[in-house]
Order: sequence, then structure tokens, then C-alpha cells
Amino acid sequence: MSRLRTRKHKVVLNRSAGGDLGITFMLTILGAFMFLPMLYVWMQAFKPLDELWMFPPRFYVMKPTFNNFKDLFVLMNTSWVPFSRYIFNTVFVSVMGTAGNLFFGSLAAYALAKIMFPGRKWIFKTIRTSLMFHKTVTAVTNFILMSFLGMIDTYWALIIPAWGSTLGLYLMKQFMETNVTNAVLESARLDGASELKTFWVIAMPMVKPAWLTLIIYCFQDLWNAGSSIYIHSEQLKSFNYAIGQITAGGIKRAGASAAAQVIMMMVPITVFVISQSNIIETMGSSGMKD
Amino acid sequence: MSQKTATKKAVSRKDMTKLQWTWKEMKRNWVAYAMIAPYCIVFILFTIAPVLVSIIVSFTDFNLLEMPNFVFLDNYIRLFLDDDIFLIAIKNTFIFACIVGPASYLMSLLVAWFINELGPKIRAIVTLIFYAPSISGEVYLIWGTLFSGDSYGWVNATLLNLGLINEEIQFFEDADYVMPLCIVVSLWTSLGTSFLSFIAGLQGIDRSLYEAGAVDGIRNRWQELWYVTLPTMKPQLMFGAIMAITKSFGFGGVVNALCGNPSVNYCAWTITHHLDDYGHSRFEVGYSSAIAVVLFAIMVGANSLVKKMLSKVGQ
Repeated sequence: MSRLRTRKHKVVLNRSAGGDLGITFMLTILGAFMFLPMLYVWMQAFKPLDELWMFPPRFYVMKPTFNNFKDLFVLMNTSWVPFSRYIFNTVFVSVMGTAGNLFFGSLAAYALAKIMFPGRKWIFKTIRTSLMFHKTVTAVTNFILMSFLGMIDTYWALIIPAWGSTLGLYLMKQFMETNVTNAVLESARLDGASELKTFWVIAMPMVKPAWLTLIIYCFQDLWNAGSSIYIHSEQLKSFNYAIGQITAGGIKRAGASAAAQVIMMMVPITVFVISQSNIIETMGSSGMKD
Repeated sequence: MSQKTATKKAVSRKDMTKLQWTWKEMKRNWVAYAMIAPYCIVFILFTIAPVLVSIIVSFTDFNLLEMPNFVFLDNYIRLFLDDDIFLIAIKNTFIFACIVGPASYLMSLLVAWFINELGPKIRAIVTLIFYAPSISGEVYLIWGTLFSGDSYGWVNATLLNLGLINEEIQFFEDADYVMPLCIVVSLWTSLGTSFLSFIAGLQGIDRSLYEAGAVDGIRNRWQELWYVTLPTMKPQLMFGAIMAITKSFGFGGVVNALCGNPSVNYCAWTITHHLDDYGHSRFEVGYSSAIAVVLFAIMVGANSLVKKMLSKVGQ
């Protein structure tokens, strides 16, 4: 017979204490596996030099210091291309790429989700299938194509492909399908609003969580992009690449490198913390039927 | 008025052939095509066209310098019969994908399921802990520090201290350790989109389903998972599977960053490495396209296999 047990005023079904214990145990082990390396990055970033090279090494920092961050900024100022240029490159590419993906992607998502035109199923199926394509599969041919279009060694080589990225469009379309009701759109159309206006004034405000999710996915991709095969000029390279160059300096730079890692990871993590509930809401309609 | 047009439409639908009807609908909805056009041009240019071009180019000996010649299956024959390193790459890719793919998928699902009944605040924190490594870019380099080959590496020092080893292990230069370590690190960074999708899927399940299940004689949480939870969130399982497969075939970057390129004796050499090597270093575009096509075929195959397996969930 099934047993019913109450936990915090909620009826919980079929839960044995042994199972609870086992799950907590498993969760703790897995959590430690995920969390301890992240914690270690922080520890390294705040360790003074003598602690970084202490034997035996200790996991925890004893006398935390900001010296590593200071070293990092000194190193940044000595680089050949001014560091602000790398930062500008990454921010510019991320913002332009994300904006284009948001606009073109949601425009297409709206048409695919809410207008019954011939071929929509077929087009969406193709886009959905392409979720499987890994970037490496297309990299070589893309390189040839881009040199043909004269995009090699320009910002466009990074920005324009981002406009056509699939995950954002996929999530946006699924979200629109479940969260924008046809009745509202129908009444707007009856009032004489054009499709474009219906999209912008009626549909888009209803799917804010999906916007945010699309923005975050696209932004994270572009932000975390390191060196690219499409970019040769030092002045066009990304912040991530420049940080990589600093940290490749070996033993002497272990502290600065840890500090750089902390700075680099704080951006996507902060963005995620702010937007977590919206992303989860969007993911609610991410499923693939059929 | 509206009824009149409706009847008119219904009549005219019958009078037309399917092609004519489609053409009429296409003209009526021209706005829709205009709306998807900008996205589709970029999408076709940078995603679809490269795949199609790769397939064509894989039958030629194109090398960027000379005019390509049609060589039919020569590239594929060379790949499978003459290229020993490619066979190593295939083997490693399969080991990688078959361990990291399912393991990350199960881990995402189990963790999402474990935290499903926690309060919203704790759930948000645990989600962050598990999701953070996958969005933090190159933060996985910390594993290189932890497993560093000298006695300043935390793992080596700890093992030395405990007396389990007598001298430091060169983790990233010893073929016995490279693959397992890369697998662990890949797994660490792999709780991404599918994980979030599972959390959302579990949150979206109607509680009354569980109550009905309990009445129907479901006795424990495992039965509940198998008979109620998983069948209900099948769409999310499918989506998560595609994300996991794509990810599990593309961990070349992790290997490069930790063990150098190429890794010792090619012991962690994967198809993506081979592809990069021939495509970007040796400019044998025809040959590298054949590699890309093989990788592509493997991914599509893996995907339809998983689709079949998922259709058995809950039966």
C-alpha cells in the first residue's frame, strides 16, 4: 500500500526516509565534485605568492590578498595592444551578435509559431535538426565561404554567424507557441494591425523570459569565445584570448592567471544568477514533441 | 461578410489542385516569408550550406590551391584503410561520447530530480552550483592546477602525503591517465542546457498526476519516476538528448587546453582534432570534409538511436 507522509504542510507521496537519506548523500557527493574546483579557483586567486608555491600545497587560503588582481592589471597595461581594445572587441562583438540574433531570431520564431504558411513545418524541422550540428563540422567550409565573402579578419566573421544561431530561435519559437494565445493576435489583426506590428506590439512583450534566455545564450557564446580561426589581427582579438596569453606565462603568473579566471567567470555567472527564473520558465516549453 | 468569404474559400479549395492552393496560400502569407528571410539567409549560409558543401567536397581532392578533381570514394577509403591515427581518433571519440554523453545526461536528470522537491531558494543555489562550470568558459583549466605534474599539484601532494605514491604522477603526460582525466573534466563542464531543461520539465509536471499514480498503486519514488515523471517529460528528455549528444562529440578543446596538441601518443586524439589538423593546418579540404561527413553521420546516427531508446521510457 502506498504511504502518505506530510513534509512542511505538503502531502508528499511515497517517500521513504532511507531514500531521502540516499538522495541527500548522492547530492552532496556530486555537489562537492562540481563545487570544490570552482572554490579552488577562488582560493588560488586570493593566495599570496608564498602560499601558491608552498609545499605541501593547501586547499584553503590563509592570508587572503588582492595582489594577484593588482598583478593582473599591471600585466594588462604592459600588453602591446592596449587592453581596453580587447575589452571593446569582446563587448562589441557580443552586443552586435546578440542584438541581431534577438531581432532576426524572434521575427522568424514569430512567423514559424504563429503564421500558418506553407513550408513552416519543414523549415522548423530543418532548424531543429541543425541543433545537432557541432561547430567543428562546419568550420572548414565556413572558413572558405567567409574568405569568399571577404569576411575573414573582420568583426563580421564573428557577428553575422551569431545572427543565425539555432538554440535561441528554437527556444523562442517553442515559448511563443505555448505562451502567446492566438485569440489575442486574431483580435489585433481584426483591428487592422499589420503582421509586423502585431509581432512587435502584442507578441514580443508577452515573451520576455524567452528574450532574456536568447540574449543570455547568445551572449555567453560570444563572450566565452577565445581565439578564432577567422581572426588574425592582434587588434581584433577577444578579451578571452588576451587573458589566455597572460595566463600562458607559466609559473610566475599563476596568481594573476587565477585572478583572471575569477574575473572571466564572474560575468556569465552573474548574468545567470539575475536571470535564472526567466531561463527556467523558458525551458519549460523547450521540449520536443513527436 | 466573413461567412461569405469563408464559403467562397471552401468552394475554391475544392476547385484547385494542391499546388495551386499552396501557391495561393504562399501569396496570402508573403509577410511570413519576409519575416523569416533575414534569419534563414544567415542560417542557410552558415549552417546548412557548409554541411552540403562538405558532402560534395568530400568526394574531391580540393586543397585550396589547385582546381579540385573528382576522386569519388578515395578520401573515405584512405580514412578507414590507410589512416591509423584516424582509427585512434574514432575509437577515442566513441569512448568519450559513450561515457560523457550518457553520464552527463543521467547526472543532469538525477540532479534535477533530486532537487525538484527542495524549496525554491535552495533549488536556485544548487542549480547554480551544478550549472556554473558549464558557462564559465575556460575555468576548467583549474583541473590542470589541481592535477599538476609536480609536487605543487594538490592531488599529487595529497597522495604523496598519504604515502600512496612515492613520486609525482605526470597526469597529463601519462597515457594511462589522460583519457580518464579528460573524461572527468568534460563531465564537470557538461551540465548545461539539458540540465536546465530537465529542471523546468520536472517543475512543470502537474502534482495531481502523482496523486493519481499513488492511488493506482505506485509504491516508491523509483516507480513514480519511471511510470509518471519520465513519460510526462518526454519532450524535455528528447531535447536534452540532442544537446547532450552534440556536446559529447565536441570536447576537443578541453583536451587541447589540458594535455597539449597533440596529446601524448595521440591517446586523447578525437575526430574533431583530426578534422582541425587536416582542415586548418594541412589545408587538405577534401580529406577534412570527408572527416566532417563521418562525424556528422555518427552524430545523426547517435541521435536516431537515442530517439528509439527514449520511446521505450515508461513501458
